[in-house]
Order: sequence, then structure tokens, then C-alpha cells
Amino acid sequence: MDTIKKRINRRDFLKVSALAGGGMMLSFSWLAGCKSTSEEVSNLPKAWFELNSYIKIGDNGMVTLMSPNPEFGSNVKTSLPMLLAEELDVDWKNVMVEQADFFPERYDRQFTGGSLAMQMAWKPLRTAGATARHLLIQAAAQTWKVPADEITTKDGILHHKGSGKEAGYGELASQAAKIEVPKEVSLKKVGDFKIIGNSERNVEGLNIVTGKPLFTLDYKQEAMLIAMIAHPPAFGLKVKAVEDSAARAMPGIKDVFVIKTLADDYERNGFDTTSFTEMVVVVGNTTWEVMNAKKALKVEWEKIADTTIAVSGRGGKQTVTIPAGLESTEGHKVKMAEMAKKTGKVLRKDGNPESVFKTAEKVIERTYTAPFLAHNCMEPVNSFAHVTKENAEIIAPIQAPESIMQALAARLGLPKEKIHIKLARMGGGFGQRAYGHHLVEAAVISQKLNAPVKLVYTREDDMTYGIYRPMYTATYKAALDENNNMIAYQVKAGGIPESPLGYSQNRFPAGAVDHYLAEEWMLNSNITIGAFRAPRSNFLGAVEQSFLDEVAELAGKDPIDFRLELLERAQNKPVGELNDYDPERYAGVLKLVRDKSDWKQAKNGIHRGVSAYFCHNTYVAQVINLTMQENKPLVEKVYAAVDCGVVVNPDAATNMGEGGIIDGIGNALYGEMTFQEGVPQKNNFHNYRMIRHSEAPKAIEIHFVKSEADPTGLGEPLFPPIFAALANALYKATGQREYTQPFLQSKKPLV
Amino acid sequence: MATFSLKINGKTQQVDVDPATPMLWVLRDHLNLVGTKYGCGIAQCGACTIHLGEVAVRSCQLPVSAIGEQAITTIEGLSPDGDHPVQRAWLEHDVAQCGYCQAGQIMNAAALLKSNPNPTDAEIESAMNGNICRCATYLRIKVAIKTAVKSTAKS
Ligand code: FES
Ligand code: FES
Repeated sequence: MDTIKKRINRRDFLKVSALAGGGMMLSFSWLAGCKSTSEEVSNLPKAWFELNSYIKIGDNGMVTLMSPNPEFGSNVKTSLPMLLAEELDVDWKNVMVEQADFFPERYDRQFTGGSLAMQMAWKPLRTAGATARHLLIQAAAQTWKVPADEITTKDGILHHKGSGKEAGYGELASQAAKIEVPKEVSLKKVGDFKIIGNSERNVEGLNIVTGKPLFTLDYKQEAMLIAMIAHPPAFGLKVKAVEDSAARAMPGIKDVFVIKTLADDYERNGFDTTSFTEMVVVVGNTTWEVMNAKKALKVEWEKIADTTIAVSGRGGKQTVTIPAGLESTEGHKVKMAEMAKKTGKVLRKDGNPESVFKTAEKVIERTYTAPFLAHNCMEPVNSFAHVTKENAEIIAPIQAPESIMQALAARLGLPKEKIHIKLARMGGGFGQRAYGHHLVEAAVISQKLNAPVKLVYTREDDMTYGIYRPMYTATYKAALDENNNMIAYQVKAGGIPESPLGYSQNRFPAGAVDHYLAEEWMLNSNITIGAFRAPRSNFLGAVEQSFLDEVAELAGKDPIDFRLELLERAQNKPVGELNDYDPERYAGVLKLVRDKSDWKQAKNGIHRGVSAYFCHNTYVAQVINLTMQENKPLVEKVYAAVDCGVVVNPDAATNMGEGGIIDGIGNALYGEMTFQEGVPQKNNFHNYRMIRHSEAPKAIEIHFVKSEADPTGLGEPLFPPIFAALANALYKATGQREYTQPFLQSKKPLV
Repeated sequence: MATFSLKINGKTQQVDVDPATPMLWVLRDHLNLVGTKYGCGIAQCGACTIHLGEVAVRSCQLPVSAIGEQAITTIEGLSPDGDHPVQRAWLEHDVAQCGYCQAGQIMNAAALLKSNPNPTDAEIESAMNGNICRCATYLRIKVAIKTAVKSTAKS
């Protein structure tokens, strides 16, 4: 790949270059996972013509589309190439999809996270498809000597009506590859889509159900060694001394050593989150041998002192202190309660809430808390690296390859162009895989050994490593007037070590109430945190929507009507100018879920809860139908209404929505990481409870609002509100409000 | 180290390993059969499910020395071309998200249908409860199992 890399720079993004060679597909086969069968492989074209970074057309008409973003299960590998195919105007059945390597000179924004993949790719990828189609049309016009605007395309065939001429894309691909790229192309209208809006199956489906090697953990190469790490067992500890003679003497073991992954004065970026920069490494031939040798290590740990690191981020360079100490969940709770009493940093204030609260007819105040959460991706952290003097080859589960380049280059002493990252399919990501510490660790180990290495975390290493969803608490307060209108609303929220509120002070119900106050605080910690499906929103949506349910009850109003009233207010007479939501679309999903769930129709023995939230530019409303069976809650059905603009791949979108809902119910009921003297108290699935088959809802109905708006996020927005829909339904069932997550851990008798 | 002769996916293969090595690592590291996945190593997640004879077992807790003459089937050997009724049903319902757990889910479902060709919902849930899907594709898994039941009954 290096030779190609040098030839092509960013300005050549859409520039034509012809890449020939029928062997190319085969060389990609490990991570390619295209739809080809062995029969198709033998029918490979003799030459490929690259019309741009995303599109290659073979001389026989075969089309290869590159999927730029890393795949962690949100199905971008299918849905993003659909955008290319739509505008290129080819038959989806004749398309092969390849996973692109990380290659910033050729692809923009190879990042999967923040529910942004589809939003960000929507125009660029369609443009790439339309551009390639334009080149093919020009090629046909030149060859046939007819005006380009008389040429039409359909499913990979060019056609000129007047002359009756017709040709497949493959026949004109070599010609098209020589034509100059247009400055502008027009894109199809929403109503004209043939592929977008149809459910196309996962291009990797067959490979998944037949157990083909797709994940980094499955990767193997000649002379590759296996490495495992022993990281400190507690936050606040570091390596003091290692007694490794027993481990070294064990069969298959090559080496034991300590690595330091980041220099103390290295200026980190926002994704360089690293819980431990020093760890003990055991290297050997096979996973089982290394696992055993790791158990024979005797490591002495010592307490860390307060440490400062430099981090550059959104707000410029900052010095961050990692405090010494062995923290415990009980201590966290006490400190959080203290912080919650103090005045926070004001993020937004409208009117005069203090005085309204003093005189209002009814006032309600409630406090909610939620624990740290571990991501627990099914594929544990791992990474392959082969670092030589000249370059580094890395294969890894990584959501944000670009963000780890700086650390890799700095630590390895190699220029970025010499570091090549292949984007393996990830066995889950959920935000955790945005942080590439494992790439640096694997690369440092490989560089030291001068050998190809696969670093493998055990489940225990993975679960106790950190980068958790933070612990949060929030106190909400609302005031009603004598007509039961909400006239004041206040939230004070904080967390360890970040506040959940920083980016959300302008969300509903801000703008719908005259007197409003949002304040935040935070408490420092040495426990590391990171993005977790719908960061911050996963707490705010959960608790705000529980609180509003209680306010509606106090007002004697139906919870949907109550929200609709507020949204109408925000629509007709908004307070403030910074409100970041569209009240009409918000109300739209509430009305849709009300209709689809037959909300007004009470059913015997069924307890219902509703919730609605806006995050990642998508509006979601949900209703849960719950029954109690032997004192255990059973979710019979979930209705969701979603407004995320155009739905590109509806069945895949529904799958992801179902995942968000079930994941949310699971975390609401069971998800929790606690600490004792810095030690994570859960380390594998015997004590970290995950939602399982029998606990999943019996049915889920997801209704998408029909829309022509540009697509918005989907992987995350269905996650936050379901916590509240569940809490509100549980209240109907048990008469008790849920203030503490996870709901079932705190109430043993319910289980 | 000891030599074991293992019947895997209809072929006999020799491995020279520590007798305590779990089948999971024998398959993945020594025999290049990486479809069987590591998720927890303590029989809690089901990602490593294989068939021992006709029974679904957790290969992470199954030492190679315990296999003896029994035949092993892994996801790679479930069918020649991915056309086992369970695999076909998985494709029809496009079950997978990340896909990491799915080999284990499929192996467990295939064993369930072998012993109980027409399971009730409750039987499906209880048989599948040991297989975690972090992406939470549980509903599709259940629907796919029902589809596989129907297609098996027809054929
Ligand atoms: S890896 Fe065997 S059950 Fe989890
Ligand atoms: S599909 Fe991702 S864990 Fe099941």
C-alpha cells in the first residue's frame, strides 16, 4: 500500500487514477469480506479502474465500493456503500464492498461514533457516486460522439436513445478514468432513490454466520507472538517491582517486561485516554500459555502520587491532574452529595427561578444517580502490530484511527505516513473503542521485540481497565402555578469526573419555561472515563424524562399531553434563542408513539411508561408495556417513534434501534461498576450482569417518521429515553419511583 | 505436552498441547478455526459454543484431554456452505450487528433444535440464556430460531 499512499494526496481525493491488476481483490481478502463467492472470485475482472477513492469498476462491469468507516456493528459497511451505489446507479446485487484501510489522504473522516457516520457521509459519498457516474457518461458521449445530456443510465448500463447505443460501465471504465473530474455534480432527489430506503442485507452476513475470520482477534500471521498485559489491579496504583522468574520458566513463554506507553511530558489529545501508562507484558507462543504465565507473575504495586498531564482539546491545551488515592464507591457517593449542595457553574439562566420557587403553588424536587458503567464489548480489547525500523503495520478494533496517530507517531518515532492501520470489524464498540491505547501498547511491544505481535486482553483485563461511563447525579426542581402550568425548572448535575450537562443546557425543556436554571459541577478522579453509547445523554435523557413524568403527575396531566403542551409553548413563544431542538419534530414523535401504542387505551395488568428525548440530532419517543411476573418486571412490548430524517437502510436501522432499546433496558436494570479501594468490583460476566435473552422485551415496534430531511443519528438516540420509559412503567407497576440506577440492584426483593 | 487426536468437523487432526488447554484455544490457536470466539473464558457468555457429539458445550471450559473419541463440530463445520437451516434463518432475518457472538448463538440454537425440534418461546429463551449478545439482537435471534424450526419441519 505504501507506493499508492505516496502517489495520492488529499487534493487528488476525487482525481482519476487507474489501478490495474486482477490480483488486487485477493490481496484484500482477509478483511475484505466482500459478497463474492469462490465462483465470483474466478470471474474477477482483468483490470480495475479507479474512478475515485471509493469506486473501482472492473473491465467486466464488476463494481467495488469502499466502505470508509470502521464497522462496529452499526452496519455502516453496508449502509454507506448504498449511498455510493445509489448515485452511481448500479444494481446493488452486482456490487462488492471492501473495508477501506485508514487512509486520510483518500478518505475523509474515517470515524464511527457519535451517531455521525451516516450524517457526515450523506453528501460526500453520494457526491462520489454521482461524480463517477458523470465520468462514465462523459466517456460514453466521447466514444459515441453524442451529447452527454442525452445519455441515461440504469443499473450499470449507459444508454443513448437516439442512436440506440448501449454499454455496460465496465466497457467504458478505462475511458472514464482518464476524464477530468467535474467541479460540481447534481444529486438525486429523495423521491428518486432506488437503493436508499430499501432494506439491504448486511454484506458481511454470510461471513458472520459461517465463522470466517473478521475480527482482529482472529488475525494471525507467520511468526506472530501473543502478548498479554497485567495492568494495575486498582486505579491509583502503579508497577513497583516484578518477580517474573516463575512466569518466564513456563512453557511457550518468550519474554516478560514492563512497558511505558506514553512519555510523561507527551501532550495528549482528547482520545489518548490511557488508564495506565505502565504495565507488565508477558509474551509467548499461544494465548493459553501466556494466560497461564500471566497468573504466575508476582507484581508489587505502589500508590501513585498526584500527577499532571497535558491534554489538548476543544478548549485548547489544559493541564489535568490525576489525583492520587484509592477511591471507593461509598466515598464517591458522600462527595457527590456534598457537591450537589453547593452552587454549581451556571450554564443557562432564564427569568428568575429562585423567586418563582419561593412563591409557586407546587414545587417538586428529586435527585437521581447513576453508576459507572463498563462497555463490555463482546470482543475483548486486542490489537495486532508489526513495527519495524521503517514502518508500522497495525490491525485493530478502533473507532477513531485518526485520533491515535499522534500518540503512535510520537511513541514509535515514526512519521505518520509510515504507520498503516487496517480497520478490522469490531466485536462491538459502544464508544470504548474510540480510545486507541491498545494500538499503542501493541505497537510498543512489537517495536521492542522487533516481531509481529497480537496483544490480547482477557475479559478481566478489559472490564477492569477503565474508560467507563462516568458516575452521575442530578437534582431537578420544578414549580407549577395554580393552573398546573410548569413555570420554573431547574437542574443541577454533576459527575465523576465529568458533568453530564455541559453540552445540553439548551435542550428541552429549556425554551418551554419562563424561569430556567442549569448548573453543573464535577469531581476529579483517577478512574478513567470515555464515551459510552449516547455520552451524557444516556444519563440526562434517563433522569429528566423520569422527572417530567412525576411533574406531569403532580400537575394532574397525562404525561404525553403535558410534554406536548410544553413543546407547543416552545414552538409558539420560545424562551431564549439558543434552544437546540425543533419543537414540532419533537412533538411529532410523541404523537406518533401515542397513536401507534394506543396510549389512551388502558389495558388490564399492563403498566405503561412514556419518554421522549432528542440527541444526536434525532427525535425519539418510546412507550413501554410492562407486566409483573412473580414480582419481576417483564417488558411485553416497546413502541418507538423515531425522526432521523431519511432512513437509508430500514431493516438495519430497525435492528440497531432494537439493540439500543434492549441495551438501555439492560443497563437500566442491571448495569453497574463499583469500586473498593480503587479496585473495580466486577471483572467478568459472572458478577457484571448483562441483559440476556429471557429478560429482553417480548416485542419491539419501531416506527420511523417519513421524512425527506438529511439523515441524522441512530446508534445512540434510542438508548437514553428507554431508561425513563422503563422507570415510569415500573412506577405504575410498583408505586415506587426509580431514583437510583440500576433499578434492580438497589431493590433486592424485586429480582 | 501431549498429543491428542481430535475428530473435528469430520476430519481427524493431531495437536500437541498441554492437556489442560481449553478446546477454545486449541481450535483458535492450533487449528486455525477462529469462528469459535473468546468472550469470557468462564462459561458465562456462550461465545465459544461448539458441539461435542450433538450437545452444545462451552469450549472455554473444556480441556482438550476431556474430548477423547467424541466428535467436535464448530461453526466452520456446521454446514458446507452456510446452508444449515439455522444459518439460513440468521441470514434471512439479518440477525447480526457486530457479529461477534453469533457463531456461539448459532451453534447453541442448532443444538437446541436437534434435541427439541419445536421449542416453545420459553424453551428458546431458557436454552439461549447463556449466550450474551452485547449488541442485543435477542429478538431477531428468537425469530430466526422459529424460522429455522419451520424450514426444518418442511424439509
Ligand atoms: S468464552 Fe466460553 S462462555 Fe464465554
Ligand atoms: S451481534 Fe454483537 S455481540 Fe451479538
